[in-house]
Amino acid sequence: MSFIDRTARSFLLAELVSGMALTLKYMFKPKVTINYPYEKGPLSPRFRGEHALRRYPNGEERCIACKLCEAICPAQAITIEVEPRNDGSRRTTRYDIDMTKCIYCGFCEEACPVDAIVEGPNFEFATENREELFYDKDKLLANGERWEAELAARLEADAPYR
Amino acid sequence: MPKLTVDGIEVEVEAGATVLQACEEAGKEIPRFCYHERLSIAGNCRMCLVEMERAPKPVASCAMPAADGMVIKTDSDLVKKARNGVMEFLLINHPLDCPICDQGGECDLQDQAMAYGFDSSRYAEKKRAVKDKELGPIVKTIMTRCIHCTRCVRFSEEVAGVGTMGAVYRGEDTEVGPYIEASINSELSGNLVDLCPVGALTSKPYAFTARPWELKKTDSVDVMDAVGSNIRIDARTGEVMRVLPRTNEDINEEWISDKTRYAIDGLKRQRLDRPYVRKDGKLQPASWDEAFAAIKAKVSGLDGKKIAALAGDTVDCESMTALKDLMGKLGSPNLDCRQDGSKIGGPRASYIFNSTIAGIDEADACLIVGANVRAEAPIINSRLRKRWRTTAGDFKVGIIGEKWDPTYKNDYLGAGPETLQEILDGKHEFAKVLKASEKPMIIVGMGALNREDGDAVLAATRAIAEKYGMVSGEWNGFNVLHTAASRVGGLDLGFVPGEGGLATNDILDGAAKGDIEVVYLLGADEVDMSKLEKAFVIYQGAMGDAGAQAADVILPGAAYTEKNGTYVNTEGRAQQGWRAIFPVGDAREDWAIVRALSGALDLTLPYNNIDAVRSRMVELSPTFASLNVPTKAEWTDFGVSGDMKSDGFVSPVRNFYMTDPISRASVTMAKCTEAFVKDAAAEKVA
Repeated sequence: MSFIDRTARSFLLAELVSGMALTLKYMFKPKVTINYPYEKGPLSPRFRGEHALRRYPNGEERCIACKLCEAICPAQAITIEVEPRNDGSRRTTRYDIDMTKCIYCGFCEEACPVDAIVEGPNFEFATENREELFYDKDKLLANGERWEAELAARLEADAPYR
Repeated sequence: MPKLTVDGIEVEVEAGATVLQACEEAGKEIPRFCYHERLSIAGNCRMCLVEMERAPKPVASCAMPAADGMVIKTDSDLVKKARNGVMEFLLINHPLDCPICDQGGECDLQDQAMAYGFDSSRYAEKKRAVKDKELGPIVKTIMTRCIHCTRCVRFSEEVAGVGTMGAVYRGEDTEVGPYIEASINSELSGNLVDLCPVGALTSKPYAFTARPWELKKTDSVDVMDAVGSNIRIDARTGEVMRVLPRTNEDINEEWISDKTRYAIDGLKRQRLDRPYVRKDGKLQPASWDEAFAAIKAKVSGLDGKKIAALAGDTVDCESMTALKDLMGKLGSPNLDCRQDGSKIGGPRASYIFNSTIAGIDEADACLIVGANVRAEAPIINSRLRKRWRTTAGDFKVGIIGEKWDPTYKNDYLGAGPETLQEILDGKHEFAKVLKASEKPMIIVGMGALNREDGDAVLAATRAIAEKYGMVSGEWNGFNVLHTAASRVGGLDLGFVPGEGGLATNDILDGAAKGDIEVVYLLGADEVDMSKLEKAFVIYQGAMGDAGAQAADVILPGAAYTEKNGTYVNTEGRAQQGWRAIFPVGDAREDWAIVRALSGALDLTLPYNNIDAVRSRMVELSPTFASLNVPTKAEWTDFGVSGDMKSDGFVSPVRNFYMTDPISRASVTMAKCTEAFVKDAAAEKVA
């Protein structure tokens, strides 16, 4: 009996028809693929992307060179050197992150007592050579300036859960 | 000997001990801020509260004398609650600036707040702020962080002997600081930074440069003076960041002088990092081979008598051993480790601090001859002061030589040999004091021995020691105070003129006349370089100072932080320091340079590693067989009695902050000189 059933199905192209029916069904459903890089998916405010050093609204850099991020970094990607600035305050003279070492764990962000070092929403920072991935203080501060609006919004969105 | 019970453990402590010490004896940790073993008891931080049976309230264990039958509890609920409360009070006005505080990571308050405090603050009112005080180029103050433990006040009063610090106003308005705006004029002020349990007093030169957790710690020995203070060198990424004291009860207790602590920034300046050879009157960079070839061209075929070697003040014993052996192979008897030409080097008892530094704690009278102990060895001076304090002023000190302020009561006896003679003849008032005392001691400084009549002065001091019973049985109170870290080591190794050899001054004169053609300066910078113009000068050392200027060939050596080295302090105690970082550039460890040079001269020395050099040192002197213990020297005859000149003794240390090439290159020491040395301007001209 099953033999007749199977033979009849194959002669009537039943598999093909059900496959085409599925295709037809999806043609009327809303699509889920996006046109990257022109379109982008949503990101959590906790997404850990490219690093940035933030500033206060008055332009003063937040980082106070406490070196906690350097100490916590499990990949030892952060290098900091400190000197007293002319006004006597404690500031970094060097703040380097080796992005090729970084494992994007976000511990630096957690350790920072002043929300200076953050991991932003940016994940598109591929470079043509390794050297460009050795970030220095200028690069990180520039990142901070570029992303500040979003960084502040993210921190605010996540603040109730911290 | 009271017996008491701490948490069920029965302990017996010495009479006069406190409950806190009894708890420590029982192995219980008691948190504390104001209590410090070496300072008087203040009892004002209240952190050390413990529960005592039959007492209505918790008691401050640091200020409670231990008594028989006491029953103490250190971890009851009451104690925990009391500690919690005290911690909360302390933190009311303490700022939350740990991330920018230099004490962060090694802060007593931070650690104890973690261990004994609440997890959050209930205090919502305004915190107080205190104006910072200016304490000079070494101590940085952030007085808002102060918790009024008064350790600094007690230290400056008791140990340093400069009563400039105090607490003014009362209650919440209390401020600790100098009564009047003034820097702390003490050679020991750096210790305030170690003492401060919070970040109120921090180190100015070290400000913000490193965190304690990133430092590599290496045990070493100080070479800035002849005390041989035990130090710990903290380094990071090939750079020495700071020097801290290591506790050694027999030498420096837990203090070190400011020069020991802060001269290290001199090691980053004026360094010799590659060999140089003088060509056409100018020093040109060269390779090691070229430098050795230049020396070989000059030395080969030269009569050994025309070669001389001088060892400097901060040289390690390994390199002196190697150079002594090399000079032996070259056939030269002209070598000396006494740059200042002092007349020492006879039997061992005649050139060491026989009573040992710890022996000061037993002495009951002291005669200081030609030594400014405060400038030459501040640690020994603080020990003398401690003796004077613990005897409640019964420790009588007489000073012959220049007038200086020892910070304790003293009798100024006179300027020079005349007074010495009077004491020897028993005519002087102080002779009675010496006669009456049981364990008198004499400290003879280089100021008395580096003169032409040094032998006669040495003989006179020996006669005084004999006459007043300074040497009897176990007690030997005849002490020579050196100013150079390498001196006793050099004398022990026999780095002195051999048979028919010339001493420092004769070498210099010989070089000026042209009799000496080659002079090997091993880190020697304090001799008159103008006399060496005619000679071919080889300078081996770490710093580009006077010696390097006069040199024809420069061999770059390692500084004391950059090599494993043995040093013998003024007591005759051999101690080893370890390498904290690698030498700069092409520089090498000094004994290895001499060894390599010997190979280039076809006079290869028989050692290939530092252990072999050290066995050779043991062959030369038994001092090096027993490290860290001073070997007692036999009391024999020494000195040549003769006429002493009438001029007063002058201490060789004119400016405590600048005595050697390292401290002369140091910025911090320059700032200290400007702030503390009154005739600094005159020094600069001279």
